[in-house]
Amino acid sequence: MKITVNVWRQKGAQASGRLVKYQVDHVSPDMSFLEMLDILNQQLIAKNEEPVAFDHDCREGICGSCGVMINGLAHGGRLATTTCQLHMRSFKDGDVITVEPWRAKAFPVLKDLIVDRGAFDRIIQSGGYISAATGSAPEANSTPIPKENADLAFDAAQCIGCGACVAACPNASAMLFTAAKVSHLGLLPQGQPERKSRVFNMVATMDAAGFGGCTNIGECSAACPKEIGLHFIGRLNRDLLSATLSGGTTAD
Amino acid sequence: MTIETKPQVDTRKPVEYTDARLNANVPAGPIEQKWSKHKFEMKLVNPANRRKHTIIVVGTGLAGGAAAATLGEQGYNVKAFCYQDSARRAHSIAAQGGINAAKNYRNDGDSVQRLFYDTIKGGDFRAREANVHRLAELSVNIIDQCVSQGVPFAREYAGYLDNRSFGGAQVSRTFYARGQTGQQLLLGAYSALSRQVAAGTVELNERTEMLDIIIIDGRARGIVTRDMVTGEIESHLGDAVILATGGYSNVYYLSTNAMGCNITAAWRAHKRGAFFANPCYTQIHPTCIPVSGDHQSKLTLMSESLRNDGRVWVPKKAADTRTPDTIPEDERDYFLERRYPSYGNLAPRDIASRAAKIVCDEGLGVGPGGLGVYLDFSAAMKRLGENTVRARYGNLFDMYERITGENPYKIPMRIYPAVHYTMGGLWVDYNLMSTIPGMFVGGEANFSDHGANRLGASALMQGLADGYFVLPSTIGNYIATGGYSTIDPSHPAVTEAVGAVKERIQQFLSINGTRSVDSFHRELGNIMWEYCGMSRTEEGLKKALTLLPALREQFWSDVRVLGSGTELNQELEKAGRVADFIELGELMVRDALERAESCGGHFREESQTEEGEALRNDDEYCYVAAWEHFGTPSQAVLHREQLQFESIKLATRSYK
Repeated sequence: MKITVNVWRQKGAQASGRLVKYQVDHVSPDMSFLEMLDILNQQLIAKNEEPVAFDHDCREGICGSCGVMINGLAHGGRLATTTCQLHMRSFKDGDVITVEPWRAKAFPVLKDLIVDRGAFDRIIQSGGYISAATGSAPEANSTPIPKENADLAFDAAQCIGCGACVAACPNASAMLFTAAKVSHLGLLPQGQPERKSRVFNMVATMDAAGFGGCTNIGECSAACPKEIGLHFIGRLNRDLLSATLSGGTTAD
Repeated sequence: MTIETKPQVDTRKPVEYTDARLNANVPAGPIEQKWSKHKFEMKLVNPANRRKHTIIVVGTGLAGGAAAATLGEQGYNVKAFCYQDSARRAHSIAAQGGINAAKNYRNDGDSVQRLFYDTIKGGDFRAREANVHRLAELSVNIIDQCVSQGVPFAREYAGYLDNRSFGGAQVSRTFYARGQTGQQLLLGAYSALSRQVAAGTVELNERTEMLDIIIIDGRARGIVTRDMVTGEIESHLGDAVILATGGYSNVYYLSTNAMGCNITAAWRAHKRGAFFANPCYTQIHPTCIPVSGDHQSKLTLMSESLRNDGRVWVPKKAADTRTPDTIPEDERDYFLERRYPSYGNLAPRDIASRAAKIVCDEGLGVGPGGLGVYLDFSAAMKRLGENTVRARYGNLFDMYERITGENPYKIPMRIYPAVHYTMGGLWVDYNLMSTIPGMFVGGEANFSDHGANRLGASALMQGLADGYFVLPSTIGNYIATGGYSTIDPSHPAVTEAVGAVKERIQQFLSINGTRSVDSFHRELGNIMWEYCGMSRTEEGLKKALTLLPALREQFWSDVRVLGSGTELNQELEKAGRVADFIELGELMVRDALERAESCGGHFREESQTEEGEALRNDDEYCYVAAWEHFGTPSQAVLHREQLQFESIKLATRSYK
C-alpha cells in the first residue's frame, strides 16, 4: 500500500509546530501503525532529515507509552486498541492519515508527537495507593474478597495511563483516569481506611493540574484501549459526595 | 510420576574461586536457616540515621520500583531513575501469566522445598542453591504484600485466591491477575513508590538514562545520567547504587522485550569492573506470534498459561496445505505430549522451544516460511465451553486477533519461539552485590536465581523478592558497615565519568555515516539469532566472532545520528544502546563457545543425548562463568565460581 501521512512536527516545547506531509510506500497490511512510522523514519534518515519523535515502548498494548491522534481519534478509533496494536490492515491503499499528539493543556507537547503526561503521576502520588509498607502485610488469604468485587476492581485497575481518555474528551478531563484508580482501590477491603482522603486529594490534584471538568460525554470510555467503563466515574462521584457529606477534608 | 530422576555420581568439587572477588558470601549453616541467620547477623542502620544516606536506584520495574519504595519507607533518601516517561511503564508491566509462590493453597503437595527444587532443576542445576532457596522462602511474603497493596489477583467464588499451573511444575502455585499479572504487580510497586515520592523520601527522575557509573576509592558512589528531554548530562552521588535495569534480549533485535529495553547501564558498570555472569544463558519462549515480515519491530508473547488448555501440534505430513480443522486427529503430531508424556504441553520453555524448532527444521512447520506450530484450543472449548475459555484467556485471544487478523476461537493459533528473557547478567554475591563494592543488582539484570533456564512465573517472583525483601536488608548492612564520607561533586572521578559520557555522545553525532542505527541493530540481531540463538555450534560461534568485531568497527565509522545532543533525540539514545549491544553480543558468543556443554537455554549441538535432549557436563562446567572486562570483549577474562550443591543432588533434568 501507499499511504500519505500528515504528521505534526514541533522542534521542542517552546517551538511552534505544523503538519508536514510525507509519502510512505511499501506499507504492508501486517505492519503495525508504529512500524509504518518506523519506515517513514528510515526514509527521513536516508534523506538526512530528522526522524519523527514519538513515544512507544512495549508495542503490545500494555505499557501505555504510545498514543497519538489518528485522523482526529485517540489511538485511531479501533475498539480496545492502542496505537501500537493498530495494524495497517485497518487502512487502505492511497489513504491520507493525519497524525497529531494528544491535545490537552495538562499534557504539553515536548517534541513532535511526544507529550508530557507527568500530571497523571502527580494524581497517583496524591492518593492512588494503599499505605501498606513492605513487611506489614497479613496472610494473603486472611481477607476473602468476593469474586465480583475483585473482578470489578480488576476492570478498573487495568488502566494503562496512556492518556487517550484526556485526549478524546472535549474538555480534556482526566476523570476516567482518576475514577479508575479511586474505584480499583475503593472496591477492595484494603482500600477502605484511606477511601475518603484518597478521593478528595486525587480530585484536587487533578483539578490543579489543568484538566477540564467532566460533562458525562463518554468519549473517554469509548477511546479507552482497556475499555474502562464510564460507570467508574459514577463511583468516583459517589465517593466524593459521601466523603464531603461525612465532613472529610482534603488535608490529612 | 516422580520428580527425582536418575541421580548421577556426585561431582562436587572443593570450593574454588579463581578470584577472591568471586566469593559468593553464602552464609554457613543448613540451607533453610541461611537467610534468617544472615538477617540476624547483618548490621542495621538506626532509623534516625537512614535519611543521611542516599541510595541510587536505576530502573523502576518490579525489582527497582519495589526496592526504591521499600528503602524510602525505611527512611533512606532514595533517588530513582527510569528512561520511560513514567515509572509505571517499566517492562515488568508486560508480564502476562503469573507469579509463583509456595503457598500450597491447593493442598497439592507444594512447599518451599518443592519450589526451590523445581527452580533449581528448571535452571538445569546451574543456579546458586542458597539464593534460590531464599527466593522460594520469600515467595509467600510477596503474595501477602501485593494483596495488601490492592493487587486484584484472580479469586475463587468464596473470595480466596485462585491458582493455575505453569511449565516445569506439577503443582498449581501460580497466582495471576487475568493475563496482566505483571501489570498489576508493577502498578502495586508503582503505587508504593508514588506514596514515597509524596512523602519526600524518593526523588523520581523520569526520562533519564544512566550512561555511566562513578567509582571512588573502589566503591560505587554515583551515576552519570542524560536528561532525555534537555540532553543535560548530570552526576548523582550517593552511598550505594542499585541497578535494576532488566535484561538484554534486545541484543537479538527481535524479542518480546520493549523497544527501549537495553544493556547500557549494566554494560557501563561491566566496563568499570563489574563481572558479567553467564551472558550466553538466554531464554527462548515457545509461544510467541510468528514473524510476519521484514518490517517487524518486535515480537509478541502469548502467555505460557495458554499451554494449560491449548495443545501444541503440527501435521505429520510435510508441507501439508490443508486447513488445520480438516486435518484428522491421527494425522496430527502432538509432539510435546508425545515426547514428554508426564508434562505434556507444560514442558518447560527451553524444552518446548527446542521441540518446536526440531519439527519446523524437519519441514513440518505451518504458516509463512514454515516457521510456526499450532496451539489449538478446540479440545478445551469442547470440554469447557467457549465462555470458560474466553474468561481464562479472552484478552490474549483478542491480542492475537488484533495482530494477526485471525480469530483463534475458530482457527488454531500459530506460534513460534522468540527471545524472551536473559538469565545471565551482572554477577552478584548472596547479598546481591556485584564485584564493585556498593553496586547492587536486582531482578533480571543479575544472574543469580534462574541458572540456565527460568521457569514461567518466576521472573516476577524474583524481581519482587529482590526489591521488597533482599536488597532493603542487604543495603542496610552495607551502609551500616561503611561509614562513607560525603563526595565532593568536583571529585576527579566525577569529572572523568561525566567527561567520558559527553565525549561519547559527541562521537556518535560526529561520525556522519550512511547507515541508520536500526540497520546496525537488525544486522546484529541476525548474527546473534543465527549463531547464538536456539542452538549453537562451535563452528557457528567462531564465525560470529569474526562478524561481530567487523560490525562494531563499521558501526563506529558509518553510523548516522542526526540532530544534536542538547535536545530530545531518540536516534542518539538508540545509538548508545546499540553500540553497547554489539559489544555484549561478542561476550555472549565467547561465553557460549567456552561452555561446550548443553544446559537449559544454552544448547550446543555437539552436546546432546541420542534423543536430542540437552547433555550437561557437570565434571567440567558446573560453574558460573564470570567475565571481567579488559579493553574489548575479545580480551575479557573468564573467572569461575564453582557451584556447590549441598542440599540436593545433581540429576539429569527430565520431563519425560
